[in-house]
Amino acid sequence: MASTRAAMANRGVPRDEVAIVSGIGCSSRFPYYMETYGFHTIHGRAAAIASGLKVGNPALDVWVISGDGDSTAIGGNHFIHAVRRNINLNYVLINNKIYGLTKGQYSPTSELGQLTKTTPYGVVDYPMQPLKVAMGLGGTFIARSADKDIKLSEEILTRGANHNGFSLCEIYSNCVIFNEGATDHLSGKDKAEYSVVCRHGEKLIFGKDKQLCIVQDGIRLKAAKVSDVSESDIVVHDERNAELAYLLSAMNNADGQPVAFGVLYCDPDKKSYDDMVYEQVNDVKAKKSGESLDDLLSSGNTWTVSSTICTSTGCKTM
Amino acid sequence: MSQVKEKDVDQVVIKFTGDSGDGMQLVGNQLTALSALSGNDVNSLPDYPSEIRAPAGTVAGISGFQIALGSKKIHTAGDYPDVLVAMNPAAVKHSYHFVAKGGMIITDSDTYTEKALEKAGFTSDPREDGTLAGYDVKAIPFTTLTREALKDVDMPAKDKDRSKNFFVLGVLCWLFNKNPDEVINFIHTKFGKLPVVMQANDAAFKAGFNYGETTVMFQSRYKLNAASIEPGLYRNITGNEAAALGIAAASKKSGLPIVFGSYPITPSTEIFQEGSKLKNFDVITMQMEDEIAGICAAIGGSLSGKLGVTNTSGPGLALKGEALGMAVMMEIPLVVIDVQRGGPSTGLPTKTEQSDLLQAMYGRNGDSPLPILAASTPDDCFDATFEACSIALKYMTPVVLLTDGYIGQGSCPWKVPKESELPDIPVKFIDDPDYDYKPYRRDSKTLAREWAIPGAKNLQHRIGSLEKDALTGAVSHVPQNHQVMTDTRMAKVANIEVPDCEINGADSGDLLVISWGGTFGAVKGAVDRVMAEGKSVSSINLRWINPMPKNLGKAISRFKKVLIPELNTGQLATLIRSRYLVDVETLSKVKGDPFREYEVVDKIKEVLGE
Ligand SMILES: Cc1ncc(C[n+]2csc(CCOP(=O)(O)OP(=O)(O)O)c2C)c(N)n1
Repeated sequence: MASTRAAMANRGVPRDEVAIVSGIGCSSRFPYYMETYGFHTIHGRAAAIASGLKVGNPALDVWVISGDGDSTAIGGNHFIHAVRRNINLNYVLINNKIYGLTKGQYSPTSELGQLTKTTPYGVVDYPMQPLKVAMGLGGTFIARSADKDIKLSEEILTRGANHNGFSLCEIYSNCVIFNEGATDHLSGKDKAEYSVVCRHGEKLIFGKDKQLCIVQDGIRLKAAKVSDVSESDIVVHDERNAELAYLLSAMNNADGQPVAFGVLYCDPDKKSYDDMVYEQVNDVKAKKSGESLDDLLSSGNTWTVSSTICTSTGCKTM
Repeated sequence: MSQVKEKDVDQVVIKFTGDSGDGMQLVGNQLTALSALSGNDVNSLPDYPSEIRAPAGTVAGISGFQIALGSKKIHTAGDYPDVLVAMNPAAVKHSYHFVAKGGMIITDSDTYTEKALEKAGFTSDPREDGTLAGYDVKAIPFTTLTREALKDVDMPAKDKDRSKNFFVLGVLCWLFNKNPDEVINFIHTKFGKLPVVMQANDAAFKAGFNYGETTVMFQSRYKLNAASIEPGLYRNITGNEAAALGIAAASKKSGLPIVFGSYPITPSTEIFQEGSKLKNFDVITMQMEDEIAGICAAIGGSLSGKLGVTNTSGPGLALKGEALGMAVMMEIPLVVIDVQRGGPSTGLPTKTEQSDLLQAMYGRNGDSPLPILAASTPDDCFDATFEACSIALKYMTPVVLLTDGYIGQGSCPWKVPKESELPDIPVKFIDDPDYDYKPYRRDSKTLAREWAIPGAKNLQHRIGSLEKDALTGAVSHVPQNHQVMTDTRMAKVANIEVPDCEINGADSGDLLVISWGGTFGAVKGAVDRVMAEGKSVSSINLRWINPMPKNLGKAISRFKKVLIPELNTGQLATLIRSRYLVDVETLSKVKGDPFREYEVVDKIKEVLGE
């Protein structure tokens, strides 16, 4: 939250031009802690509501704060289409890999085998990786951080907010009550062993002693020891490279790879939905500038009825 | 030719039936326009095949168009056709049994081949085997006569046959005493860019008219006097088109752009399609991923300070329920137009019904009141939509407008209003940065809350779907607060000022028939008919379902009996019974088809004990 607040401050948009829309879930209480316009809505629908809000007033800085259940389960469809449309929302997906508000059922991002209240014998459905999904949808800004990494979070949120188009920032967060420790390895003191921070133009190197790196293995990525590879084999991060970003978004600890943090992808050139909506509105307005409401109402085949007077001998139209 | 009598009638019902390519809709629309022009009242009901593109020449592929012309106000497209125009044997098969006893059947004698008869499902020629006994059958070789009339037109024979519909129109124009010049004008404007087609249609039409004049086929011509119709500019309009225009008009009159979120569903889709053309009138349309997103986008639009609008039909309304409840909770303006169709579930998508009433009224969790109004005719969809938008903005509430497939897709003449005649829709935003803004502070009269929108300086606040404090809007689970808020939401809707209902007929008597929405026409027509027979029957059309007009209870109490015909199993009756504690007789029909006047007349007589 501190990092979102800081990111909003970094934007320099006055508080009264900021609107935060959230769904339902622990994370969705967020608007109440912010001194902006806030709309706490229904489970899963924040993206759709925020889309209407943004189109209604594109000048607003519109944020969506959502949980993993909110975004990927009940709201999966709206999430997908908001990414696809590239509508200019700042979408913060707080992923604790569990349903917090309803007290500990598994979510679509929970790991295979995870024990939760509704999976006392372990989760048997495969997890979804929201960033990978978003890359597949042609998302234009894809980034990840962990709640405890306030600096990186602030950095990606600020960049995401400045991005003209849909920006997706996934923030791994710890649910102290129901999923304690699920993301600890990614945010605790060993995080460097499990994650790689991607910075545009820099080599993908990680590990406590920078002893590990990412290299290309055919069309895949794999982790390797720096000492085992030649320096030129180490992949250099390019946030404009969608194929690379897709591979990075898919990396996960279960496959022995580090989780990618930072801005994985940024394409500032693709037009946003709200921009296109208004370009079209303005186009049509320019083309039909002369048309008045009276013109519209009286268009098509019309006829005039003159006054008709009826008497005992019949009716006469005059 | 000289002995032709003129038969004075005050209403005629004509039905056109033919294959899709026969141009029956065009002929029907032309005759409608001509009749309107000559001062008749008209009402039409297109009737397309329900299955997609059935083969030509089969009964399933027949498309129909029924119109009623009157020298008095008419309210439906009529019960039984007096005249059936059937372009081939299948068209006869499709509709002859609807024709009024002794009615006329005009058919193209050129089409009675053995193959065509077989395709239509006749084992012998219906003109000869007694099938059509009792009808006045006019078998006219339309095809031959049209070809003959076009012999000098330079056009392939196949194309010439397409002018057949204008030949037919010519005959009808003569039969119903309409001025042929109007059609000729129409042909010249419509086909001006295609001179050969124009020439062909012109020649076919004139030949048809002359045919009426010069043959002894018809013993009489119909004469319909002009009805006393309000003078003005008219056009034909469907209910769905009218609703889209109502939205644009409301935007203009309120100064608020529209955020129109939607997801296609029959039979309400045309509202969105038409709305999508109106970007220059600040109707911003967003086709969303489903109905939920459609209403949510509209809600987002309202939260931004625009007017959110969404349209749908039955199952779509079901999906919108949760978000609609949120709009009730947030107390924001929002208009939901539900074009009802046959249900439950996906039911009968293309057929009309009125069975979403209780869903609109109660189909949400919690006590979740909202205003509901119903449009009664295609042209009324304009006024009702406009009114729904005004109410939403005046009271800060979602509104459900119910129309149905019959009036949404049906058309009727519409007296085009002038922008200057439409009332302004006042909208007040709080924008004083020093104002001590409380989101749920209310206007003492309307109980509408004060509205400040994102972007307004210094008025930031947070609202949501959880119960909120009666003044500040902060989340509140205080028991007494929920009581107060629930009561207030109920009171706000219950106290909406709605016009008193008007009684058609005496204000007391033996029977009161209540119509709502699309049943208006059949009920009005039926009640007028039995009133003319001297019976003590009156009717009321209920535009406002929630709240109901203040004078309704009293009006009901002055009649011995109450009858409510509905295209459902008695939904309005349930509301009226529980609200006014009166016994209500019902006339229920769920055949995907609107009421005919005679059905209502028969029921009235039954209730009266005749
Ligand atoms: C229609 C609907 N279904 C179910 C719920 C119950 N519900 C509330 S929050 C939630 C899950 C929240 O999980 P997540 O989005 O991961 O957020 P978290 O609480 O973990 O931050 C559920 C199932 C609801 N509010 N509405």
